Amino acid sequence: MRTFIGIDLGSTTTKAVMMDENMNVIGRGITNSRSNYTIASRVAKNEAMVNARFAMFRDSLGKLAGIAGILESFMADLEREFRLGNFLENLAELERLCIENIAGSRAAGRDSAMREAVESVFDRLRGEAPSLFAPGAKRKSDFFRDIAGSRFMAVAEEIGKSSGLGYDSLLGLYDKSIIEVEGRPPSEDIGGGFRQALDRVLAGNAALNLPAADVARAVRDAMDVPLEETYLVGTGYGRVTLPFSKEHIRSEILCHGLGAHIMYPGTRTVLDIGGQDTKAIQVDDRGIVESFQMNDRCAAGCGRYLGYIADEMNIGLHELGPMAMQATRTVRINSTCTVFAGAELRDRLALGEKREDIMAGLHRAIILRAMSILSRSGGVRDQFTFTGGVAKNEAAVRELRKLVQENYGDMAININPESIYTGALGAAAFSRRSVEH
Amino acid sequence: MSTAPATPVAAKPSSVEVIKEASMIKQKDMIAGNYERLANARSLGLKVASTFVPGNLNELLMCFDLVNNLPEINAIQNGMRKKSGQLIVEAEKHGHSEDVCTYVKADLGMAMKGNIGPDGRPVPDPDILLLSYTGCFTFMKWFELLRERYKCETVMLHVPYEGEGRATANMRDYIVSQLKNEVIPALERVSGVKFDIDRLRQYLKESAKAEEDLVWVLESAKNRPSPIDAYFGGVYYIGPIFTAFRGTPEATEYYRLLRGEIVERIALRQGPTTPEGDMKSERYRLVVEGPPNWTSFRDFWKMFYDEGAVVVSSTYTKVGGVYDLGFRHDPDHPLESLADYCLGCYTNRNLPGRIDMIEKYINDYQADGLLINSIKSCNSFSAGQLLVLREVERRTGKPAAFIESDLVDPRYFSAANIKNRLESYFQMIEQKRGGRSAAAH
Repeated sequence: MRTFIGIDLGSTTTKAVMMDENMNVIGRGITNSRSNYTIASRVAKNEAMVNARFAMFRDSLGKLAGIAGILESFMADLEREFRLGNFLENLAELERLCIENIAGSRAAGRDSAMREAVESVFDRLRGEAPSLFAPGAKRKSDFFRDIAGSRFMAVAEEIGKSSGLGYDSLLGLYDKSIIEVEGRPPSEDIGGGFRQALDRVLAGNAALNLPAADVARAVRDAMDVPLEETYLVGTGYGRVTLPFSKEHIRSEILCHGLGAHIMYPGTRTVLDIGGQDTKAIQVDDRGIVESFQMNDRCAAGCGRYLGYIADEMNIGLHELGPMAMQATRTVRINSTCTVFAGAELRDRLALGEKREDIMAGLHRAIILRAMSILSRSGGVRDQFTFTGGVAKNEAAVRELRKLVQENYGDMAININPESIYTGALGAAAFSRRSVEH
Repeated sequence: MSTAPATPVAAKPSSVEVIKEASMIKQKDMIAGNYERLANARSLGLKVASTFVPGNLNELLMCFDLVNNLPEINAIQNGMRKKSGQLIVEAEKHGHSEDVCTYVKADLGMAMKGNIGPDGRPVPDPDILLLSYTGCFTFMKWFELLRERYKCETVMLHVPYEGEGRATANMRDYIVSQLKNEVIPALERVSGVKFDIDRLRQYLKESAKAEEDLVWVLESAKNRPSPIDAYFGGVYYIGPIFTAFRGTPEATEYYRLLRGEIVERIALRQGPTTPEGDMKSERYRLVVEGPPNWTSFRDFWKMFYDEGAVVVSSTYTKVGGVYDLGFRHDPDHPLESLADYCLGCYTNRNLPGRIDMIEKYINDYQADGLLINSIKSCNSFSAGQLLVLREVERRTGKPAAFIESDLVDPRYFSAANIKNRLESYFQMIEQKRGGRSAAAH
């Protein structure tokens, strides 16, 4: 099957969208951008490929009589098992590197004690891994670095203390090794891991009683169809250093404009708030960009602003929105400068303002900044599509709705649950067109 | 907001190109000569006048044997030679805020650090400050600061703003009367030279000759491919006429040489000269509003020629005089013609006038669109630029884009950000050309 890939290399995450010839999205993948853009792109692409294979398997399996009632939970189990398998594989690699890196580390000379401590940490991590991927388990992130990192730190603190080796030396090993793990190219052999995961699910659910031949056929349907990468287009914040050749690069502005148009053909204005930039884009009825504006020089009012505030408050990024939603009033935050806002936040807390109310003010500040960029780009027109990581934040969305209503009146505001893939979707469409034309 | 760098672009050397670019060598010599005159002014017994590019009365200054020192040009020269950053920091140390025009700060910083000019030689204190006020309020404040510093005679020529979009006879009379009653007596007093109107007529005659060739050169960009870049190359082409050479035979000769070179380029269907040789393919034709960034001039230019973007017309090359709409200095009406010149400078034109001009350029030069480089520290000209952009878009149906940088403050040039926007803009033009056939399914 011919496939067309779009990759959006963002400052925080790298996204990939895979399309078929008819411009149907067949897979999506996401990973953290890490320090190596080439690897990040390959990982995201690989994730999209995995996603496509799962979808193909699901389609094939779904044709079996009587499976409708259990298909969703079966697929969810399969995906969890697959993710767990990947996680354990990465964990083993991380452990191997941590042990390898003891020599030459600050702990050199205490090698055997360090090795023992590292093994203890990883034993614990391996032991608790299934619970992280259990049905209903809540993970803050799906990226290996985040999951393994937060658990490593918690366990290493304890073991570092009890072993007398100290937390810092273990953390030093982790910091060095995780970069190497993340710098490895992803394994493109999806089939092996998939089959193992499938075997585990089938073994654990004997009651399913799926005919082996049918399952084998579905596996073949999913795994044996070659997914040929016909063309790839990349876009994103680090475009100057994107690991693609010039003819494979499109501006992120154009990709977001086209991506939003594909998601909502009625779109005329797009607002994208990403990690380091905010873009306001006006498009015509074909998704062609008419004008655009971006934040200039400074990332104030972008996603990182919220990340910084979350760090200041010692809470998770995803907790900010819900906290702001609990506000009973909106504290006025004067500064959209990330650093100044941090100081203002501490001042307000010291004055006894409620955290929720301050959060509401901070969300308003970020959206006010976006409103200014929007107006410079030509205003907000119906329909208005909001994309990027910040579109997932309900408090930011609430402020945006309010300010759009106040300034531009009633209009349709589109927020797609998959909006994080908007740029990659546009890039995939450009990829498809490159071959077409 | 003003202009004209000194050192011509050294095109990648080859013996053929050196001959071709004789005008560059000529200009380089002329500018070095003026700095030489400035450095030796005291020993040669010459008096020095400082003045601005817009409303630059060079012919008049020459009538009094005054050496013309242009603080804006010093700032630009220092910017291109990567010296302005430290000068700006010096001015800030003395209390000039971050948001002040960076030409002003680079100039004040240079004075504070001993007035060593861009070429490394001292620039003497001026004997007179001649302020032609042509639309930039900051100029007035700048010279107020210089007057405080140099304690020298200061004369202001007040040029009424073309708020209604045209100059009136009253405005012209008002300027002529100031020239007769204020400016000329002051220049006579400082220089000790008696004003001779015939000398002025002679200089103006030279000016008109040079202006004729300059306009021809600028309009050569109507060709496809354009043989010139009317912005990055244009700032060199306006060098002599905007600075200390308008009215001199050297300037006339420079433009004669330049015109000859362009004639040849057109015959050979060559694109513009760039620092990396001739531009090969012309993919985008742009009109640009706003000055270039001087501290990263080469990097900025490269972002255009690497993508095949050529600027076919720019408003910035009109800040020191608008000649392509017909104005020429007129030896038969010397003072009146100086008045008309000052009134017509781009900086003295109102917003609707600027919009009309840009619209005309887009049509006359068959441009793909308008790009605005908005200057962070230039409040006079940044105000209203988005309005200009929207209106030009509306009238021409051509896409426009907006980037931001600064004149000579290296801290305000974000290369990745500007490149990102420029490439997005070029692709946007491409996409628009593709039209409906390339649209999403």
